[in-house]
Amino acid sequence: MLVYILRRLLMLIPILLLVSFIAFFVIELPPGDWVSTYITQLRTSGIELSDQEAQRLTTLYGFDQPTYVRYFKWITGIVTRGDFGWSFQWGKPVSEVIAERLPITLAISLMALVFSWLIAIPIGIYSATHQYSLVDYLATFIGFIGLATPGFLLAMILAWAANQYLGFSALGLYSKEFLDKPWSLAKAIDMLKHMILPLVIIGMASAGSTIRVLRGNLLDELKKQYVVTARAKGLSEMQLLFKYPVRLALNPVFSTIGWLLPAIFAGEVLISIVLSVPSIGPLLLRSTLAQDMYLTGSIVLILSALTIVGSLISDIYLAWADPRIRYGGLSK
Amino acid sequence: MQNTNNVLVDVQDLKVQFNLHEGTVHALEGVSFQIQQGKTLGVIGESGSGKSVTAQAIMGIIPSPPGKVTGGRVLLNLPENDASVRVVNVTELPPSGSEIRSIRGKEISMIFQEPMTSFSPVHTIGNQIMEAVRIHYPDVSKQEARDRTIEMMRRVGIPRPEERVDAYPFQFSGGMRQRAMIAMALVCHPRLVIADEPTTALDVTIEAQILELLKDLQAEFGMSIMYISHDLTVVGGVADEVMVMYLGLVMEQAATDELFDNPLHPYTEALWRSIPTIDGEMDRLTPIRGVLPSPFAVHKGCPFYSRCEKRIQGVCDQSRPPMIEARPKHWVRCFLYTESK
Repeated sequence: MLVYILRRLLMLIPILLLVSFIAFFVIELPPGDWVSTYITQLRTSGIELSDQEAQRLTTLYGFDQPTYVRYFKWITGIVTRGDFGWSFQWGKPVSEVIAERLPITLAISLMALVFSWLIAIPIGIYSATHQYSLVDYLATFIGFIGLATPGFLLAMILAWAANQYLGFSALGLYSKEFLDKPWSLAKAIDMLKHMILPLVIIGMASAGSTIRVLRGNLLDELKKQYVVTARAKGLSEMQLLFKYPVRLALNPVFSTIGWLLPAIFAGEVLISIVLSVPSIGPLLLRSTLAQDMYLTGSIVLILSALTIVGSLISDIYLAWADPRIRYGGLSK
Repeated sequence: MQNTNNVLVDVQDLKVQFNLHEGTVHALEGVSFQIQQGKTLGVIGESGSGKSVTAQAIMGIIPSPPGKVTGGRVLLNLPENDASVRVVNVTELPPSGSEIRSIRGKEISMIFQEPMTSFSPVHTIGNQIMEAVRIHYPDVSKQEARDRTIEMMRRVGIPRPEERVDAYPFQFSGGMRQRAMIAMALVCHPRLVIADEPTTALDVTIEAQILELLKDLQAEFGMSIMYISHDLTVVGGVADEVMVMYLGLVMEQAATDELFDNPLHPYTEALWRSIPTIDGEMDRLTPIRGVLPSPFAVHKGCPFYSRCEKRIQGVCDQSRPPMIEARPKHWVRCFLYTESK
């Protein structure tokens, strides 16, 4: 098992290098770059900028060099010094910009994931064991609503409703009065309150699909012969349900962490913009628009890394949960 | 029918139907039979004759919905420690209640047809066998349950049971899995083992071993066996008494030798003609003519009417033939024998 995990971790390195390479060149694809846009902007706003000065700026930011040289410099910086480059837009190192926002993004995403499981798993199990009952239809209905409603729409409606009926401004991460205050218990509580809405909205979407997946899997498992065998042994329905079919039906749910994480990140972009949550999503959008390439590249790289780590976690979980995978891959 | 002192299972006029989307299937239309203590009852029938449903009804595990017991009783005579007999009517018990659960797996257990899928793939064989002990004997320690499991695995002929107890089902061959299944069925020393086509999925040599094993175990533990199969020769080899079923009805019932020597019902005769024999003349095998009627069909008369070679028009298609004792202890459901009686 340990060897397996180590081997998988080693395999991460070439994958991440490849991803960084592709990400960098994709960002380079649109015509123009940040410096030329900047220079044009300065000129159109009436500032006299000599060609010499323009050339100086281009050299300063390294845009006189070919793409592969800049890529090479960028990636060596990351590997050797943990230096993700310079954000033109923010005027500070990329690592600082990201560090401000990564924790809150991770917190929201992971909590949304757990939240969606907390809702979806009990509902999914109930739905499957009470197929075609009223509650099953209700859960199916809610699940489809959760799947089909765009998150940003839900975000707008709920933010409006919170303001209208609860008098609570759900936008941002803190209320106005806490903005410049140092950390305190009151501020933490205030932040938690602001996180409820994004959590519910982001969680809802993935809860919808998890309910569907779990219900489908569990219905399949419940029809299997081993369930009858267990029943014939005299197990009670509850014991039976959780020991056998639920355990097997949950595997596909947990094994999707790998692609659920990036999906939550992606779904989070619009919602965070609507609710003004200072997370990575809106940052990625703005940096892409501004061609702030080192920032964009670094975010894409980090998201890819999270995705790959997510699938690694899924695989380790599956190897742990399913002996067929554990022994099948290792003993030979 | 026979003496009632040693009767373990007494099924009386059992009726089961399945309300499916396409219509109602009358799976059992009044089935009566008894299983004696320590004896083997063979049940023969084509697919859809109600063999497995009968087994499920005795265990109280008819899938419901869509299945439903609409009439009759399944009485279990369970001897108690103080020599009294506790009579339980399975059809009256709530199917997931504690009373029937205390009987399932302990007094009656079942060996299923599919050794490949009958075990959960993610739990060890030992864990799944041990579970039966742990449910029914909560006082037994984990170690003791494990020891009993290993002992039973040894008894059913699984080599190196102390290692294999921690193996997973996919590490077992089909024959070994069926042995493990038998170990699971026997680990609580039940009074009745229902074997629902236990060797259908196995090859012939393994089948012979499993049948031999079942006989040995019966001699050792003295349990009754209800052996369900569509394979006449297999049933002939293991059963003391044989019951032939067709479309939810018992057509003929007698001691094994009697039934094989003097088949009375045209259906039984037709079945016998369709078995290949090694000795004797080389004849062409005669299949039973016609096809099995639709499961949704309702039969006013004898359900075998449409395929019967000796049918009496105006009689057999008008009312259902009664079960009569045509020869001593040889029961048959056919109008051919009602007049001669």
